[in-house]
Amino acid sequence: MPSASSQSVLSGYRVVELTSERCALAGKLLADMGAEVIVVEPPEGCATRSWAPYADDEAGTENSLHWWHYNTSKKSVVLDLDSSSGAQSFTSLVATSDVVIEAEPIGRLNALGLDWEQLSHTNSELIWTSITHHGRDGTDPPSTDLTLLAEGGPVWSCGYDDHQIAPIRGGGNQAFHTACHYAVPSILAALLWREGSGIGQLIDVSMLGAANVTTEFATLWWLNGERQVERQTGRHALPTMSEPTQIQCADGKWFNTGVPPRNRQEFQALRTWIEDLGLAEECGVYEILKLGDQYERIGVLELDEDPLAGEVFHAGREAIEFLGAHLPAYELFLGLQKRGMACGIVYSPDEMIDDPHFIERGFPHKIEYETRDASYTHPGAPYQFSQTPWSATRAPHLGEHQALIDDLLG
Amino acid sequence: MTKPVAQALENVRICDFTGQLAGAGATKILAAFGAEVIRIEDPVHRGKWDILRGVPPWVGDARGLEAGGAFNNHNAGKLGVTLNLREPRAKELLRELVAVSDAVTENFAAGVMERLGFGYESLREIRNDIVYVSNNGFGATGPYSPFKSWGPIAQAVSGLTHTSGLPDLPPAGWGYSFMDHTGGYYMATAILMGLLHRQRTGEGQWVDLACIEAAGTLNGVATLDATVNQRPMRRSGMPNSNRSQSPHMAPHGIWRTRGEDEWVAIAVRNDDDWKAMSEVIGEPWSTEKRWEQIEVRLRDESELEQRLAEWAITHDRREIAERLVDVGVPAAPVLKPQERIEFDQRTIDLWVTVDHTEIGRSRVEGLPVSLSETPWSVTRGAACLGEHNVYVFGELLGLDEQEIASLAEEGVI
Repeated sequence: MPSASSQSVLSGYRVVELTSERCALAGKLLADMGAEVIVVEPPEGCATRSWAPYADDEAGTENSLHWWHYNTSKKSVVLDLDSSSGAQSFTSLVATSDVVIEAEPIGRLNALGLDWEQLSHTNSELIWTSITHHGRDGTDPPSTDLTLLAEGGPVWSCGYDDHQIAPIRGGGNQAFHTACHYAVPSILAALLWREGSGIGQLIDVSMLGAANVTTEFATLWWLNGERQVERQTGRHALPTMSEPTQIQCADGKWFNTGVPPRNRQEFQALRTWIEDLGLAEECGVYEILKLGDQYERIGVLELDEDPLAGEVFHAGREAIEFLGAHLPAYELFLGLQKRGMACGIVYSPDEMIDDPHFIERGFPHKIEYETRDASYTHPGAPYQFSQTPWSATRAPHLGEHQALIDDLLG
Repeated sequence: MTKPVAQALENVRICDFTGQLAGAGATKILAAFGAEVIRIEDPVHRGKWDILRGVPPWVGDARGLEAGGAFNNHNAGKLGVTLNLREPRAKELLRELVAVSDAVTENFAAGVMERLGFGYESLREIRNDIVYVSNNGFGATGPYSPFKSWGPIAQAVSGLTHTSGLPDLPPAGWGYSFMDHTGGYYMATAILMGLLHRQRTGEGQWVDLACIEAAGTLNGVATLDATVNQRPMRRSGMPNSNRSQSPHMAPHGIWRTRGEDEWVAIAVRNDDDWKAMSEVIGEPWSTEKRWEQIEVRLRDESELEQRLAEWAITHDRREIAERLVDVGVPAAPVLKPQERIEFDQRTIDLWVTVDHTEIGRSRVEGLPVSLSETPWSVTRGAACLGEHNVYVFGELLGLDEQEIASLAEEGVI
């Protein structure tokens, strides 16, 4: 592989982010790839600085782990946009910037004379990104990650076979993430176009819309056939109930069995493994597994036409459940995957980052916290660029880069 | 006359091997932004490497190879050609296509492109500044690189499944391939970053995208709580993803209301929200002083949730949500697919009608963004197998009609 470039992907671009939990990830994705992202905080600091959990469980402006995660590689300046000097500084800052990202309540910036319509006149190359509930022309109902995922679709598909139990919001702020996952490619496309045209533009991101187009089959089954999917434990919501795919292994950990064996090689591999473990006699479906040798492939057609194929297919599934009852989840994961069968251990996020594969790939990323005289492991690069590596430094202290503003105002 | 609408990626051409959603979803976004995405399919297996080709849900009454609704959705706006890469002549044509493309994209298992003779080093020999983005579950290097993955597995291994559920129950996980969507978003981001860097420096590169690593960044706060505070996610009472741990909010969850499988989501962010909500409820228990403080609401959260459950079940979910939103409290009904797709006027522009050469008109997903100067556009459904062979091999690569016809006869395309 050729040696790394001296330039980061986004070096030379200045991004101004008005701090908010709703757009913080967009700024982080750009900052970790080399953009100069200046996060503008109010005098008391971003609200998320007061969100638990804290480092060492000590509340404090510089200790929120939410802040730490979402603001890596950024710079912080404090501006009181409600004051005329703050507004003026913001205007000057935007005039020197390539991209603005904001998720302010609709109308707030306009009332302050600090919105796209007012500031784009002084900088025709400016790319302004608004992240709102459902667009800048829309209303602005009070909302959180939870309510967005509820009315945006994802919650309907997540939960348990037992529909007396509430449907589930997946963890981790994914409604905000998904909006940012649309904001960033839009910004990049706008930057690419600006390289040729010299013209900036307004990008208007709908959080509700982003959730709506991130529900896979719930939408696809409705658009194509007007069928409603129903939630099912640990697997796809579908118009009809499907077979479970989640088992609990001998160590109590959950496991996604993926697709059970479907061809001769896989049946043989599974059978041989059971033999090697000395469990053949104990395994109730061992004899049926042998019949798997007869099948080049068990597909939908075979399952439809050949009753024996169905039995063999189910034996494969049961054999995996049997192995799960005898093995810890990690051993089952390695054993099946090494034999060519797709499956997954259900890790917690902190177990994933400790797994040898991801360690070897360099995914866990140590960040220095010099004022604490410590370094801590963060989730690392979502992608590995051969020439322009991802990198991340600690989130800024409140107003740490205030000198930027002084320089700007000369 | 209005001036012709510009498209952000009108000068970009992608030589695209992606499929399913994790890959095809990425290049769909690029096509909507105006890139010419040329999707390459295998004529021998009739494009069925992509397991979504020709499977339900069907578009309307159509059936067969071209009628898969998911395939049509994920490949809207792209061109389609066939190349039988077992044939040396097909490899030659691919080399010519790479030479006139800006990026090569794929989400095969690790090593497949190498075996085809089109790994990154080979691509660079064809075009030195090519942007190559590979996307698979575990990435191109490391001990698990040969392991197989798709959405649910990426979600399981990354922690997304574990962090979605209630205590003392199995993981609920994500009831769909959230990481196929999201892997596609990271892939689109990676392609565009690669193109932008090339535009500015003339330098191409390879991006190795491991979908599970992208997923592993999506629970950062929980990860840091473990790495900084040694507080593992796997602990008593956790996960409980309908509650809010960062920031602490209470009550915060989803409650059953009147009606068949009908639910409402409510997030009480602070004491003011609670005060407003307690008045909406208007029952003696809700206006008890003790609930005014977040510390008490968190300490006795289960009791509070039970009280709310008894209240909500006698009400309509929309009425609850409207009354709470009116007083400034975040609340929303859990919308069913029909409700959000057919009736929610706030997102109605998302669902666009496209034309497909064989199956006619259908609705697909658009993009939840609007760009003032370079709007996205999705007007054409997925390409039929080999639909654009004549354009790509003829107009783009300069073969004449007869040559194209004989290539088809010889099984090259």
